[in-house]
Amino acid sequence: MNRRHFLRASATSAGGLLLSFHLPALATARPFEAAGEGEEINAWLTIAADDAITIRVAQSEMGEGVFTSLPMIVADELGADWSNVRAEYADPNRSLREDGVYQRMGTGGSRAVRHSLPYLLAAGANARERLLLAAARRWGVPAGECKAANSVVTHNDKTLRFGQLAAAAAAVTVEEAPLKPAAERTLIGTSQRRLEVPAKVDGSAAFSMDVRLPGMVYAAVKHCPVIGGTVKSVDAAALASAPGAPQVVKLGHAVAVVADSYWQAQSAVDALPVAWDNGPGAGGDSQAWRAEFAAALDEPGVVAAEQGDVGAAFAAAESTIEADYFAPYLAHACMEPLNCTVHVQAHRADIWTGMQNPEAAMAVGAEVTGLPAEAIYPHNCFLGGGFGRRLNTDWIREALVIGQQVERPVQLIWSRAEDTRQGFFRPMSALRFKAGFDADGKPIGYANHSVTHSILAGVRPDAVATGIDPSSVEGLANLPYAIANTQVSHTIRNTHLTTWFWRSVGATQNAFARECFIDEMAAHAGQDPFDFRRALLGAEHGDTLRVLAMLEEKSDWGRALPPGRGQGMAVFEAFGSVAGQVAEVSVSQSGDVKVERVVCVLDCGNVVNPLTVEEQIEGGVVYGLSAALFGKITVADGAVAESNFHDYPVMRMTDMPVVETHLALAGGDKWGGVGEPGLPPAAPAVCNAIWRATGKRVRSLPIADLDLSWT
Amino acid sequence: MNELWVNGVRHALEVDQTTPLLWVLRDHLNLTGTKYGCGMAVCGACTVHVDGAPTRSCVTPLAAVAGKAVTTIEGLSADASHPVQQAWVEHDVPQCGYCQSGQIMAAAALLAENPAPTDADIDAAMTNICRCGTYLRIRSGIHRAAELAREA
Ligand code: FES
Ligand code: FES
Repeated sequence: MNRRHFLRASATSAGGLLLSFHLPALATARPFEAAGEGEEINAWLTIAADDAITIRVAQSEMGEGVFTSLPMIVADELGADWSNVRAEYADPNRSLREDGVYQRMGTGGSRAVRHSLPYLLAAGANARERLLLAAARRWGVPAGECKAANSVVTHNDKTLRFGQLAAAAAAVTVEEAPLKPAAERTLIGTSQRRLEVPAKVDGSAAFSMDVRLPGMVYAAVKHCPVIGGTVKSVDAAALASAPGAPQVVKLGHAVAVVADSYWQAQSAVDALPVAWDNGPGAGGDSQAWRAEFAAALDEPGVVAAEQGDVGAAFAAAESTIEADYFAPYLAHACMEPLNCTVHVQAHRADIWTGMQNPEAAMAVGAEVTGLPAEAIYPHNCFLGGGFGRRLNTDWIREALVIGQQVERPVQLIWSRAEDTRQGFFRPMSALRFKAGFDADGKPIGYANHSVTHSILAGVRPDAVATGIDPSSVEGLANLPYAIANTQVSHTIRNTHLTTWFWRSVGATQNAFARECFIDEMAAHAGQDPFDFRRALLGAEHGDTLRVLAMLEEKSDWGRALPPGRGQGMAVFEAFGSVAGQVAEVSVSQSGDVKVERVVCVLDCGNVVNPLTVEEQIEGGVVYGLSAALFGKITVADGAVAESNFHDYPVMRMTDMPVVETHLALAGGDKWGGVGEPGLPPAAPAVCNAIWRATGKRVRSLPIADLDLSWT
Repeated sequence: MNELWVNGVRHALEVDQTTPLLWVLRDHLNLTGTKYGCGMAVCGACTVHVDGAPTRSCVTPLAAVAGKAVTTIEGLSADASHPVQQAWVEHDVPQCGYCQSGQIMAAAALLAENPAPTDADIDAAMTNICRCGTYLRIRSGIHRAAELAREA
């Protein structure tokens, strides 16, 4: 078919498709503009005369699907017709003024569904009761005899649509709004396509970089290449004749240039001569840090967990093994570089950005402008990836400082290089393990010491007063495997880089190191890694055992494979969920690794939207594989070397394995996280598979840096 | 004064000839569906069609598209009815969505050249980055779009 034919075919198919395929008409293109037409039944939803229901979402839509899963919760309890539901952001400023009506608005820790479930169900139930009461009054019947389903209230043969009742429902007060029995729910647990996808296929979905305001100007920024350094001097006169009337704004640690267009601003800031004071990090070098972290492993750490007498166990052991592991700093590398639009006026400041923490944005807004927090209006947008990076507020602060000086709306955009280099990295970590075995190959002693750059030291120093950052020992201090004598110790070692929460946080490096070492232990004991783990998992780890059973079956574990091909497994519990994975890899004799297949089994207890759960597992695996295969941030002369996707490579289509997701749900009251748990097992499953394919252990990431050739 | 044809509309612009097409589209024409990801032709977020060919607009100076027809995501179809857009909705492809304009434009260009691409063809043509990891759904979406185009 030539192109002209194809275009004609497309045109016809469009017509045909409209009959068979329903495109939701109420796509949310601009999530931050409250379009919520009609009556506000309570703070969480409005109902229009035509029955369109707008449900407000207090968490950030960054690809994890909250614009669908959270409205599903409200809509199910409400008895809404799902095909006429749309989503928009809840207003953080209103939440501040109305005593926290939208509860916690930050989005992180894979908590969106499990934390908001109770109050979203309550919000749906409250609205339903109002509608029932309104209908009951109109009909003069007891409300208890009315039913709400499909956006219609019925009593015997009488019906009223939600849209007909909305105004009356908004005016009534309800004392009590009991929740439906779970068995009566029809939406929660069903696969639903994302509400905002139609806006994400025609270019209309508004990310913060797409905000356009009358009179808006653009800003580009150049930070001191060494984090922690400052501007010594700027030769602003050099821009005197540059196009776009560029204006230089000094930010202390950076300089920004404001101009009529972004390209003018970026070109001007690139050309701007700046002298830097590189500050205390000037000599920083990641090779040297790696040696220092390794040396610190030889010194005693602070004990985080201890049982029995590990020294005596090692002395009595028939055999012991030891191994050191290493994980580098990583950047989040969200697809959308950081950017923020602000309009700072005398009486109020408006902030448009993709943010994971609107309440922190309000606090920063108040701090920078001196206005009361009630005068700060954050407008959340679709986030072009968050992964934890957008929990911070550093770029918002910069935009506000710039905005104070230009008296017009201004959009600050970080170039990809600034986004890659200017920090808040996944910490670097060195980890040492030792295990002792009795004559039967049973582990009787286990010691682990980790040296990690602390995230919390920079956020909540009080949380690390003991010398342990709890986020750094996730999965280490709470080892699920029962070994009689264990000692887990930790050392905080910080460099001048700034570190931050990165999708699945400490679990990223700890799952890699722990689950690879457990694999080494199983091999040393001459046991299958599934059997070896099962023997060490007590009844309290029933969820993990169930995940392992399904994983072993679904992955065709142990199937015969040719040389250069291998399977590996790993399992990790974090964010309230258990995830197990089997990876199958092929390694060429020259050492090129291709991940062929990843089978993932997840127990997150219960599920709102199985479709987005599947997508999150796939996404978590890809994010984890990018890090395992390619990811590293290195530092020379204090400055980050990597700058863009050519030297900070990530997974692409051609690198993709088949990914299969299976759910082994505990049910009951258990609600675990979904956005992060799919990531931690990916790296160790792949590394353990590489060992079976090549006989080489991967103890240092990224894999691309290693010689994995074999004969 | 530069003349620029975008989505069938002629624009006369006072913009420096060296400005990348990406920023002309976004900041001068307010066609914000085309995204900035890397600025150096390595991610594909900024993919548009220039005379039908997939083109990374972040490294394409305005001067290079004089007299040519530029198509952006906004102009791919009038009503999101292009088979790739339909298939993307049907297969729930986007997560954060930021890379998807570029993915859709790259996929549409692939299908225009090759109405029944194999997985290997897709691997070779679809070099755009997606940090959310939607690759498997992009792949199935392309196969579905090919099917939709054939069915019609
Ligand atoms: S922005 Fe053009 S290829 Fe990345
Ligand atoms: S959908 Fe988020 S980067 Fe592709």
